Amino acid sequence: MSSLSATIQDVFNEPGCGKNANKSEAERKKGCTKQLQPGGAAGGCAFDGAKIALQPLTDVAHLVHGPIACEGNSWDNRGAKSSGSNLWRTGFTTDINETDVVFGGEKRLFKSIREIIEKYDPPAIFVYQTCVPAMIGDDIDAVCKAAREKFNKPVIPINSPGFVGPKNLGNKLAGEALLQHVIGTEEPEYTTPYDLNIIGEYNLSGELWQVKPLLDELGIRIMACISGDGKYKEVASSHRAKAAMMVCSKAMINVARKMEERYGIPFFEGSFYGIEDSSDSLREIARMLIERGAPAELMDRTEALIAREEAKAWAAIAKYKPRFEGKKVLLITGGVKSWSVVAALQEAGLELVGTSVKKSTKEDKERIKELMGQDAHMIEDMTPREMYKMLKDARADIMLSGGRSQFIALKASMPWLDINQERHHAYMGYVGMVKLVEEIDKALYNPVWAQVRKPAPWEKSGDNWQSRAMAQAEAEAAALAADPVKAEEVRRAKKICNCKSVELGVIEDAILANHLSTVEGVRDATNASGGCGACAVRIEEILEQMVSASHAIAAE
Amino acid sequence: MATVTVSKKACSVNPLKMSQPIGGALAFMGLRGAMPLLHGSQGCTSFGLVLFTRHFKEAIPMQTTAMSEVATVLGGYENVEQAVLNIYNRTKPEIIGICSTGVTETKGDDVDGYIKLIREKNAAVAHLPIVYVSTPDFKDAFQDGWEKTVTRIVETMVEAPKSAARRDPTKVNVLPGCHLTPGDLDELRTIIEDFGLEPTFLPDLAGSLDGHIPDDFTPTTIGGVGVEEISMMGQAGWTIAIGAQMQRAAEAMEKKTGVPFRMFERLCGLEANDALMAFLTDISGRPAPMKYRRQRGQLVDAMLDGHFHIGGRKLAVGAEPDLLNEIGGLLTEMGAQLLVAVTTTQSPVLERLPTEEVLIGDLEDLENLAKAKDCDLMVTHSHGRQAASRLKIPFFRMGIPMFDRLGGGHQLMVGYRGGRDLIFDISNLLMADHDENHEPTPDSWRDGVGSSHAATSH
Repeated sequence: MSSLSATIQDVFNEPGCGKNANKSEAERKKGCTKQLQPGGAAGGCAFDGAKIALQPLTDVAHLVHGPIACEGNSWDNRGAKSSGSNLWRTGFTTDINETDVVFGGEKRLFKSIREIIEKYDPPAIFVYQTCVPAMIGDDIDAVCKAAREKFNKPVIPINSPGFVGPKNLGNKLAGEALLQHVIGTEEPEYTTPYDLNIIGEYNLSGELWQVKPLLDELGIRIMACISGDGKYKEVASSHRAKAAMMVCSKAMINVARKMEERYGIPFFEGSFYGIEDSSDSLREIARMLIERGAPAELMDRTEALIAREEAKAWAAIAKYKPRFEGKKVLLITGGVKSWSVVAALQEAGLELVGTSVKKSTKEDKERIKELMGQDAHMIEDMTPREMYKMLKDARADIMLSGGRSQFIALKASMPWLDINQERHHAYMGYVGMVKLVEEIDKALYNPVWAQVRKPAPWEKSGDNWQSRAMAQAEAEAAALAADPVKAEEVRRAKKICNCKSVELGVIEDAILANHLSTVEGVRDATNASGGCGACAVRIEEILEQMVSASHAIAAE
Repeated sequence: MATVTVSKKACSVNPLKMSQPIGGALAFMGLRGAMPLLHGSQGCTSFGLVLFTRHFKEAIPMQTTAMSEVATVLGGYENVEQAVLNIYNRTKPEIIGICSTGVTETKGDDVDGYIKLIREKNAAVAHLPIVYVSTPDFKDAFQDGWEKTVTRIVETMVEAPKSAARRDPTKVNVLPGCHLTPGDLDELRTIIEDFGLEPTFLPDLAGSLDGHIPDDFTPTTIGGVGVEEISMMGQAGWTIAIGAQMQRAAEAMEKKTGVPFRMFERLCGLEANDALMAFLTDISGRPAPMKYRRQRGQLVDAMLDGHFHIGGRKLAVGAEPDLLNEIGGLLTEMGAQLLVAVTTTQSPVLERLPTEEVLIGDLEDLENLAKAKDCDLMVTHSHGRQAASRLKIPFFRMGIPMFDRLGGGHQLMVGYRGGRDLIFDISNLLMADHDENHEPTPDSWRDGVGSSHAATSH
């Protein structure tokens, strides 16, 4: 059994990960340990990521081994839906106390597993490691093994304590746990040539059910969904599927890739967000299944279904297109789904004024660029004030984002729509796209905006806090415009690498002084991109700009 | 007199309890220009942030020292320093409030020592108010984190007056427990001001998390009690402490400044508010304004109208001690029986609760006991929703978190008016439940048992 650090190393070496591809061998070894910035980070931890990835498995008891914070502050807060068991929504935690911290929590963990089996008898128990028991040396692998033998039931250790890294890493460590302990441990009752795995889909708001009827109609069986509305036995026997679709860009790429390696299950990366994406994905599924032995007529049926569904969806959307003309959307997602949402919105005729790519990988960004053309306005680490200003400038008519940034839009009395985990509506497939468009229309044209923007009776027009804030922002901008020295200072002070706190000016100076042309060169000279590596793309852009600028000068 | 027992289970199922660092963080959120900072892994902050965002439906300022595995083992000085400097540079806070977590307490980081060193090494933050509270996750609960933090703020930030002569009898300190909502604080502020007194709330969530639109966009808290105001609390004539959890903070205030305090373990219900009115009359020298005399009548009337529905109810409450005491007390005074009381942590109020047994346990305990005792009204935070729907009994949401309903921050409990509205809300819930689920049928009385629920009056 490999140790946690070995597993993390393995995940860092994931060839499918864009970020890793940018790093040198030595950088990869360092992994993401330096990525988080004290006082400037807001994301979830590796434990959070592991639980997000696995908790949608509905019939499993998810037991969190740790102090009350890890489960008590967060249980039953995910929007995934189940068609069967609701056990996944039951919060189980060892809630360790001071005595456990001193004497070790393994006994309490073992007893907890026994209590759960006695009271709830689930098909499997997933045990999540957290920081405190990891520090005091509780060996959850050993406890799970002992429990497995004693109770003759799968008890799966999920080794992803919060402090090993961010949420993303936790997603992958969860995948490793499935690969190591679950996938391939049981056999399906029967198989068909139409057996498909869907990997990285969590069935938020029941969105998977917007697509499932189409697959049902084509006779394609979702053998296992990892993990939305999934069941333990399905995942355990998912190694017999014929093909796999990986839905959420990078969260579980290791699962898809290793299942291909170990069981010969080919996979593709696709999306059911947006009409064209949905059609492409259905085609790809059919193509792969046919390649693995399904009858060729599957493709004809798939094309017929696509034609029918597309026509229906376009007809439903068509009536909104005139209403959306000239409407601009500011898209801010915390996650990797940016590019798929971009495609969806453009299909509805909306114009995008920017999209945050904070957590997206290089490939995601390339895709966004491809979709949005060269004018793509990439918004890196936009501050709340800038976001607010952008909205107030009416450069955007509506903001689409995750739950946490909604208040910036709402306080600015601007339409806002939730597109992250906490959302109440499902947006997948053809019907989902129509739903998204419907929701955007509802938000844009709600008369409430006119109401809430009215000044209070005691406010003079043009003397409310909004206009004061805007005036202040404009004054700052004007001051900068009038003072080129100061403007240049501000421009150069833009932080490019957050991990190592390296500013644009420092990088530019280093490039000029040392005639650098590669990210590696910049890293050696300035330490920029020496942390998580996410800013490598930004450095590449700087290099490109400076090279073309110097060529221009040389040509004169 | 109730006996207090602690659940013997190894595994907590469906937690009622939340951790104390986020209780501490919430207390800091009642300070103006504050940035609460959890010294732990970034998940410690992230979970709290999501919880509060979903409860208050507001942007929540909260930061993390983002401890990695290596930093945790080696000690977190660098992370605390970086976090303080980053917060200072990015958000220009008026105060940073640091709460420790299980991760950093297991290692035993000396954060007070760190802060001293950080101030010495960085002139910029040499005089920035930074308050540190030790709040390990593996001890105590949310309410305790709040209690410790308020006590610590009093100990470190309130200045002792130079002489007793400078005391201002119209100034009143209010130390509210975390069971009061921003709506409660606003109601209380109005009441106290109506007696010609000038209250200072510590913490003042009504200023920061009441949902108002801020004058300017700020990444720190958008209101609350200011550092300056806190330092002057020592000049007040009295301190009003609300909830037994505030005993220590009130004592700390008295010890440091000589300001005497009056403890109100409850402020929900008739007698509690009569006591408040009498006290405010006493210290202000003014009679209770007419509007409170009318409001008292309204509460009495609400109690009379509501007792038809609440009387005889078999009540199951899951709440932190002070909230349990308030709601359990109010409904018991109207004829309900508090058959099941589950709470999160020890408190002197527990053994005085009008019930036989109080269990420090979880929502699985609440559900099982409510089932065994055939309870027909459940009161707890939003996480009780699954249990209540399985038991098919009416469910009234109270406490943090309330993520599946709007207005959690404005739910009113204090004052005559708060009690009146609360009684109406609960009675209406019970009437709706009766109409939907317990209308008599020709078979209702066949077994000779009759409808098990209180009849609707007509």
